[in-house]
Amino acid sequence: MNAIIVSALAGVVMMFTGLFFKKSGQVQGVAILAVLAILAATGYDYFLVSQTNRSYFDMIESDHYTAWFNVLITACTTMYVLLFHKDIAKVGRNDAEYFALIYFVMSGVYLLSSYSNMLILFIGIEILSIPQYILAGSDKENVKSNEASLKYFLMGAFTTGILLMGITLVYGATGSFDILSDRFSVQFQNTAGLNAMSFVGIMMIIFAMGFKVSAAPFHMWTPDVYDGTPTAFTPFMATIAKVAIFVAFIKLFHFSFGNVNDAWQMTIAAMIVLTLLIGNITAVYQQSVKRMMAYSSIAQAGFMLFAIYAFNATSWNGLLLYSVAYTLASLGVFAVLIRMKDYTYEGFQGLARKHPIMAATAAICLLSLAGIPLTGGFFAKYYVLSATVEQGKMLGLVVFAVLMAAVSAYYYLKVIMSMYFKEGEAELTEEPNGIYHFLLILNAILVIAIGVLPGLILR
Amino acid sequence: MLIVLLILIPLLGGLAAMLMPERNVHIHAVGVAITTLALAVAGYFHFTMNTPGIDLVYQHSWIESLGATFSVGLTDGLSILMVLLTAIIFPFIFISIRNKQPERKNTFYGLMLLAQAGLMGVFLAQDALLFYVFWEVALIPVYFLSSMYGGPRRIPVTFKFFVYTFAGSLIMLAAFLMIYQHTAHQFSFGSFVGAGASLEAGQQNLLFWMIFIAFAIKMPIFPFHTWQPDAYEQSATPVTIVLSAIMVKMGLFAVIRWLIPVLPLASVRWMDLILLLSVVSVVFGSIMAMVQTNIKRLIAYSSIAHIGLMSAAIFSQQAVGLQGVAIQMFNHGINIMGLWIIVSILENRLKTQDLREMGGIAKVAPAFTIALVVISLANIALPLTNGFVGEFMMFNGLFNAASPYRIAFTVAAGLGVILSAVYTLTMIQKVAYGNTNSLTEGFKDLTINEKLILILIILIILWLGFYPKMLMGLVNV
Repeated sequence: MNAIIVSALAGVVMMFTGLFFKKSGQVQGVAILAVLAILAATGYDYFLVSQTNRSYFDMIESDHYTAWFNVLITACTTMYVLLFHKDIAKVGRNDAEYFALIYFVMSGVYLLSSYSNMLILFIGIEILSIPQYILAGSDKENVKSNEASLKYFLMGAFTTGILLMGITLVYGATGSFDILSDRFSVQFQNTAGLNAMSFVGIMMIIFAMGFKVSAAPFHMWTPDVYDGTPTAFTPFMATIAKVAIFVAFIKLFHFSFGNVNDAWQMTIAAMIVLTLLIGNITAVYQQSVKRMMAYSSIAQAGFMLFAIYAFNATSWNGLLLYSVAYTLASLGVFAVLIRMKDYTYEGFQGLARKHPIMAATAAICLLSLAGIPLTGGFFAKYYVLSATVEQGKMLGLVVFAVLMAAVSAYYYLKVIMSMYFKEGEAELTEEPNGIYHFLLILNAILVIAIGVLPGLILR
Repeated sequence: MLIVLLILIPLLGGLAAMLMPERNVHIHAVGVAITTLALAVAGYFHFTMNTPGIDLVYQHSWIESLGATFSVGLTDGLSILMVLLTAIIFPFIFISIRNKQPERKNTFYGLMLLAQAGLMGVFLAQDALLFYVFWEVALIPVYFLSSMYGGPRRIPVTFKFFVYTFAGSLIMLAAFLMIYQHTAHQFSFGSFVGAGASLEAGQQNLLFWMIFIAFAIKMPIFPFHTWQPDAYEQSATPVTIVLSAIMVKMGLFAVIRWLIPVLPLASVRWMDLILLLSVVSVVFGSIMAMVQTNIKRLIAYSSIAHIGLMSAAIFSQQAVGLQGVAIQMFNHGINIMGLWIIVSILENRLKTQDLREMGGIAKVAPAFTIALVVISLANIALPLTNGFVGEFMMFNGLFNAASPYRIAFTVAAGLGVILSAVYTLTMIQKVAYGNTNSLTEGFKDLTINEKLILILIILIILWLGFYPKMLMGLVNV
């Protein structure tokens, strides 16, 4: 698992970069090299993986899926760094540290995608979360950023406690941290044999995970945190850091708790309904596109929860596709949003006429988030819903979800309407340059490529 | 390969249109549209003559893990008719606006051609997932077109249209997913038919309604029609033509191609109710058309009535009725395109859509009046115009439907036909006869370009009226 080490090292290197390089441009250059190094490391890992192998005292387990997920999510991170490195550096004076924190989060991402021990799960979630608390508050002079950080930290720390309690209870019931061990399979053989201690443990883990992925009713922090966080970090927190938790989520619930699904599936189903309902309906009423995207990330999490609910081969594939499609689409929208002077819908008016490439990319990405065919978002939604239909239970849930997808089209299209059909002077903070345009076009092409040939992503 | 080109040429032509210099884009779009028409005509001849060595089906692997294939084909007369209609309408639209170019030409022609590619895909797809993808994709360019060009209320109106149809389509997708679970993990038409047959009645009923709602919104059938008059009124004429001549046919086409064969039991089970909705559409559309003062809304409601009759004929499930529907889908497309072109000429010269402000145009513009009268008469299916044969066959089918209420339905639908004569003739009278007023005094007669277009349309109307065998031969059962 070179990626874990390389990403942690990249973080350390970035911290020292601030000492040696005084110019922000140089720091950004090192940051880009660092993310490329991490990408190369994940690629090398993928190349090495022949079959499932466990290492580090059986605490880390890597297989084709994990390695491929790491490659994809790192490719998305590379895209994120390339698109946003200037904006990241502009947030405050500690530019090198921001990149360092991002790479520490990546280290957590790799731990979460390849853990096989609940301690690693816990450590992974902590490594993923703590840098995010700092990133949320990195705009120190901004009250909203401080509020975001404090809120996120207090609630996140509390939830971590619940997660730890859940892990402890499961450990108490099984006597093992190893999620693939025989003790787990004996304890979680069938629902009838489930004792109260492990049931409470499972529920606590669900609640904690639900908090981390911003599923309702544990979503309260999300809009304020995503809105208050500097716009350069919001897309990273809402996508890459979030989908990693979904992979950890499905791994635990498929491999360890799969046989006792009667005990927890209804809870997940209720969470799905609430998440889709609250996320979508509230997003409709937002005035600011950034806040709308925060609620939309709640709604999208509702769709990803379907993968957990169904926990079959299709849902693993669906999660892979959803991670990439959702991340790329959000990055595209945020890359345009961050250049806007005014984050409200009015601020986008007339963008298509003044900056057609920005508007077209944002439109394609928004259509992808809405799940229109020929964009990646369609097959992402298709796979997670298909997994649920395959499972055969609660088909009403699927119908409810597609109706909510129609609601989501409402608020995504509102942005498109502002950009394309309304007259206005969309003002930018900074004129776009050629590289930025190239990256936007590349992003849009990738979103469409996944929508035409999802086989590129699936393994 | 011919079949793929039918989709590929408008697709690539549309993308190219967005990137090329603005002064070339009109001629480019006309060229692409005429090439597509030539290909469609070639497809028609290959189909009728059964040319050896020409394969009208194309298949390529697409998403192997799902069992979805890129599978397109001209397999029956209905798809040929729809492909021909799609191929004919676009060159007509492009030539008819030669002298009145829209703003932002690159976007306009690019999106129009993309819409054509999507529509072709809908009519050619032989794979359920591919069909769904094209069904949605055809909507996107049309959504952008009708939001960018048209009347003052176009943005909210089009938005309603989009959200309505998108919601319907998603429910259809959920139904497709459920049917897919009963196949051997394949999306091909054949496997869907097999899976549908294996379903028990209860499941078929549920899936039937999930799919029917999507198609009914698109057609539109009462009570799902509320988006339609507003959308027709507010969109720019070229877009309205695409909407009314082709896009609403997607709904009818999809019922014949995907709904009835896949869920035959439920289609019979719910026949009475759907016949009732269809006939209500006919009567409601006709009555609403009678009281309209806006000419665009009048035509919009008359279109609801016509589509209602076609839907009734489809669900009566008689061979002769289905044949009539196939013919009428083509002819209605041609006629309504003619009507919209007439309306756009009126609107451009008088700057109003209000019938009360018109009158006396026959005195100042005889050529225009002839075109108006012929196309309007075709719209009420007078004998010797193209509308007659299809309408006759549809009534024949409806009358022979296996429904206890068939006579009542036929009489009610027949009432709709009588009403259609009333409102159409009233419309002609209000536009063309009576005294000229200050507005219509200076009405210029048709230009050469307009004459050419309208004469061509009238020729098609009369030719297919005298010699309907050309269409009937295609859809012989």
